[in-house]
Amino acid sequence: MQRITFAIKASLLYIVLLSFFSPSVFAEDDGDQDDQYQQVIVAEPFVELRTGPGRGYPIFHIVERDELLTLIKKKTQWFKVRSNKGREGWVHEDNMQKTLLTKDENFQAGTSSQEEFIHRDWEFGVLGGDFGGATSLTLYGGWNFTQNLSTELAVSQALGNVSDIRFASVSLVHQAFPEWRVSPFVKLGAGIIQTKPFTTLIQTLDRTDEVVNIGLGIKTYVSRQYFVRLEYVNYTILTSRNDNDEVEEWKLGFSVFF
Amino acid sequence: MVMPLFAAEESPEDEQTIGVGSIFDPKVERREVEREAIDTEDWEIGAYYGIISIEDFGTSELVGARVAYHVTEDFFIEGSYALSTAGLSSFERLSGNVVLLTDEQREYTQFNIGLGFNLLPGEGFIGEDLAFTSSLYLLAALGGTDFAGEQHSTIMIGGGYRVLFTDWLAVHLTLKEHIYDIELLGSAKTANDLEISTSIAIYF
Repeated sequence: MQRITFAIKASLLYIVLLSFFSPSVFAEDDGDQDDQYQQVIVAEPFVELRTGPGRGYPIFHIVERDELLTLIKKKTQWFKVRSNKGREGWVHEDNMQKTLLTKDENFQAGTSSQEEFIHRDWEFGVLGGDFGGATSLTLYGGWNFTQNLSTELAVSQALGNVSDIRFASVSLVHQAFPEWRVSPFVKLGAGIIQTKPFTTLIQTLDRTDEVVNIGLGIKTYVSRQYFVRLEYVNYTILTSRNDNDEVEEWKLGFSVFF
Repeated sequence: MVMPLFAAEESPEDEQTIGVGSIFDPKVERREVEREAIDTEDWEIGAYYGIISIEDFGTSELVGARVAYHVTEDFFIEGSYALSTAGLSSFERLSGNVVLLTDEQREYTQFNIGLGFNLLPGEGFIGEDLAFTSSLYLLAALGGTDFAGEQHSTIMIGGGYRVLFTDWLAVHLTLKEHIYDIELLGSAKTANDLEISTSIAIYF
């Protein structure tokens, strides 16, 4: 604990010192080295440069068709660009869709993000809910190897009044209608579950058991890079006792995809 | 009056259609863009330092680390982990030699994962020439608090103010409230731990 505290304090101090003594912090560090950035020719009638990466920031400059733009970086859906005249500003990706097309792509307004959702490779998310009366928190990552099938790894913690339950599982997820905006899925998984009763209350030992689960839910594409996920999972805990335990879980969460 | 105007509008269009043959000639020269190669700065990593009032156990200093992923200009997902050490309760202080918790049980750790929403994005100005983008944001998260030898399921709500001094360096001022149920000496109650902290974060 002391060592971690010290390490965090030291790194904070280091960052502060670094930011004050490094001359490049407040200066634009991307001065004349335009060759390290990609350049595009504006294909839209014009693109609007804003002072910040957000829809409310004022437009201070416009770059017209056929002019050159340097792409410096991207933050969420905003590109930081530099015009030929050296003006730097932020342009929304929707304002540059045609500009960023490669030769073999066709321009289709509005469909790109949902298409990306259907063809996503990776997804990561966090879900919160109720695990047999205890509050549960789940982190998961999934790899979609076809449009319909994916495999997921999830780790969860459920904190109840009497015990701290942790479980990890690997599941196979099938999404029958990936093109639906509200798309149902079923999943089947297996894993391990660890139950640690709070020592102050009950005198029992920690238990580690195997668990199998079956679940169903929906994934609802919201916009851009994220979707909302609601699911119900039924766990069967394979205990060493005569009876298996059954636990029901409801959870709602938020995922991003790549 | 209407007829001559109409005729005047029609004629140049006719000329074009007959003369050139194709109306649409976008004449756009394209450069191949490697979208993958553009530097993205959606991740934020930072460390924070602050004070936390641990209910019944005084106010202590707190250090933590946080990671955020900015999904859109409005939303971000944030996870954080922080450490502190609880002090003495007033009961312990007043009664002299009563000790409620061991030193180990006084170790206080918390973690949470949740969502952030940029409620009021904006710009802050210093003088005439310097402008920094900033945002007032709200936080809501689920997590756990390890204290008094047990881990308690915790809800965190909070908010903060973030100023970006450059595209990649930000300073935050954050106020958080951690709510959890705790049972000490046989009496159960809901604890509210209020935390105020400052953090320095780097976007990458």
